Amino acid sequence: MTILDGYEMVVGLEVHTELKTVTKLFCGCANAFGSAPNTNVCPVCLGLPGSLPVLNRGAVELAMAIGTALGCSILPSSFHRKNYFYPDMPKDYQISQYDEPINVGGTLELPDGSTVRIERAHLEEDTGKTTHVGASGRIHGAERSLVDYNRAGVPLVEIVSAPDITSAAQARAYAAELRSILVATGASDGRMEEGSMRVDANVSVRRVGDATLGTRCEIKNLNSLRSLQRAVDHEAERQSELVAAGGRVVQETRHWDEVAGTTVTMRSKEEAYDYRYFPEPDLLPLVPEDPWRDRVAAELPALPAARRTTLLALLGEPTPSQRDQVLSVVELGIDAMVTSAVSSGVDPARALSRVANEVAALNGAETLGVDDVVTVLSMEQAGELSATHAKAVLADLVEHGGDPRELAKRRGFEQLDASSLDATIDEVVASFPDEWTRYCQGDDKLAQFFVGHVMKQTKGQADGKAVIAGLASRRSR
Amino acid sequence: MTSLSREDVAHVAKLARLALSDEDLERYTDQLRAVLDHARDLEAFDFESTAPTAHPFAAAAYLREDVVVEGLDRDEVLNQAPAVEDDRFCVPQIIGDAP
Repeated sequence: MTILDGYEMVVGLEVHTELKTVTKLFCGCANAFGSAPNTNVCPVCLGLPGSLPVLNRGAVELAMAIGTALGCSILPSSFHRKNYFYPDMPKDYQISQYDEPINVGGTLELPDGSTVRIERAHLEEDTGKTTHVGASGRIHGAERSLVDYNRAGVPLVEIVSAPDITSAAQARAYAAELRSILVATGASDGRMEEGSMRVDANVSVRRVGDATLGTRCEIKNLNSLRSLQRAVDHEAERQSELVAAGGRVVQETRHWDEVAGTTVTMRSKEEAYDYRYFPEPDLLPLVPEDPWRDRVAAELPALPAARRTTLLALLGEPTPSQRDQVLSVVELGIDAMVTSAVSSGVDPARALSRVANEVAALNGAETLGVDDVVTVLSMEQAGELSATHAKAVLADLVEHGGDPRELAKRRGFEQLDASSLDATIDEVVASFPDEWTRYCQGDDKLAQFFVGHVMKQTKGQADGKAVIAGLASRRSR
Repeated sequence: MTSLSREDVAHVAKLARLALSDEDLERYTDQLRAVLDHARDLEAFDFESTAPTAHPFAAAAYLREDVVVEGLDRDEVLNQAPAVEDDRFCVPQIIGDAP
């Protein structure tokens, strides 16, 4: 599933992210995911006559943080009404930003060194949630629809990239890096599966070397980074085959069908909405003063790119697989565990490997306390816990919480001191003279045989690596 | 610049879900054309040295602190609705996807 030879794809992404404010964009209703239906509503977000919107300072500040992180200019901006008839907005319009968005221009540098320009990142309000009732459970054939307005008016920032993306993998990398940035700034929790970050892709193809852009299609319903990558690949293939066969791409909105792995027509350009944007008369222009912009910039936490640089510097000369691990721990937002462990004296390679492999594999890794992880890694570093035991304690921490030292004790992971380990290794070596001779002659596979016996004797409390080191030093004597 | 046509008014009426009779369409086209022609009088002025204005008042938006304010009681809200199901507003069949 890929684009035909001789063609190239041109992709731009529109990312909507819900902001992690306490309240909605224009009213004091709680911005909370998962509340009972229609419990976070008031006259403003229900569009009742006479109600007036009042802009939320917290939402503006998060939008400014996003703009700053993306290198945008933060400008005086204004609001427009985007009119349409659909029951997810009781006002029959959405308040959005049109010709004067708050954040303009910017760039996002991806881990591979490529850059994607940002055209704008503007503020708008989210819509309510509709549920379709009837035979199919989908909109077509539904008998009626039910609406919950808890989400109506929740603040969103829409981030629009330039059409600079040239592959499905790059589209995915862009969305992943953007998500890490949104999480780092505290603007969003970046959960695509819960809909707090939503991605639409504009895809077109052209013959390699053509200067003009082809006709584009907008792909919706991309609920994961994987869907995004698959959908872009599929759409570029569909369009390139169509053009190669002498057909023409029709500008339209297409829906990604995750199960079928295809995109299907949602609506054509002729049916495209005419939103009749006009200035929102109930809101004055938004003018962020310089001291406010400066403070937002000064309070911006370390961004993913800087955090990767920090980790790579700790490793000195990282291997390719360590580079991948660095990417992954930063993307998962668990890189602080590595840097903190290293400042507590844990070997950087060990800290990175444990966090990227063992911690990342745990369901709920991000809930682990950095200090607790550091404690476990430090215990392992000091030889108080074997690698196997360290992993078990980490799993216990995720599942039950508690103090890592207590958990280790409760599991009976007693400290195995170096001298008793030495004695056990000597004992095992002495019990298997033939195997020892073969090992000494270079049969390295036998190391695992000895490790197994040492583990048996110590009831699994020995550190496998320490045993191997002990064997190697005996052999070289 | 051409003047407002009858088709323009019919298009806007359709977007606004207004059912206009031929007679209405004729009358509104005349009235709206007069309004737009009047607005066109502005073209007589020289705006080279004037900055664009987003709002007639020279004031910036008032900002609200991000603090929860008690909203409306759900039962009270849903009592206003013509139809309710599962604590949600029940609306007739929707034709077409969300914009």
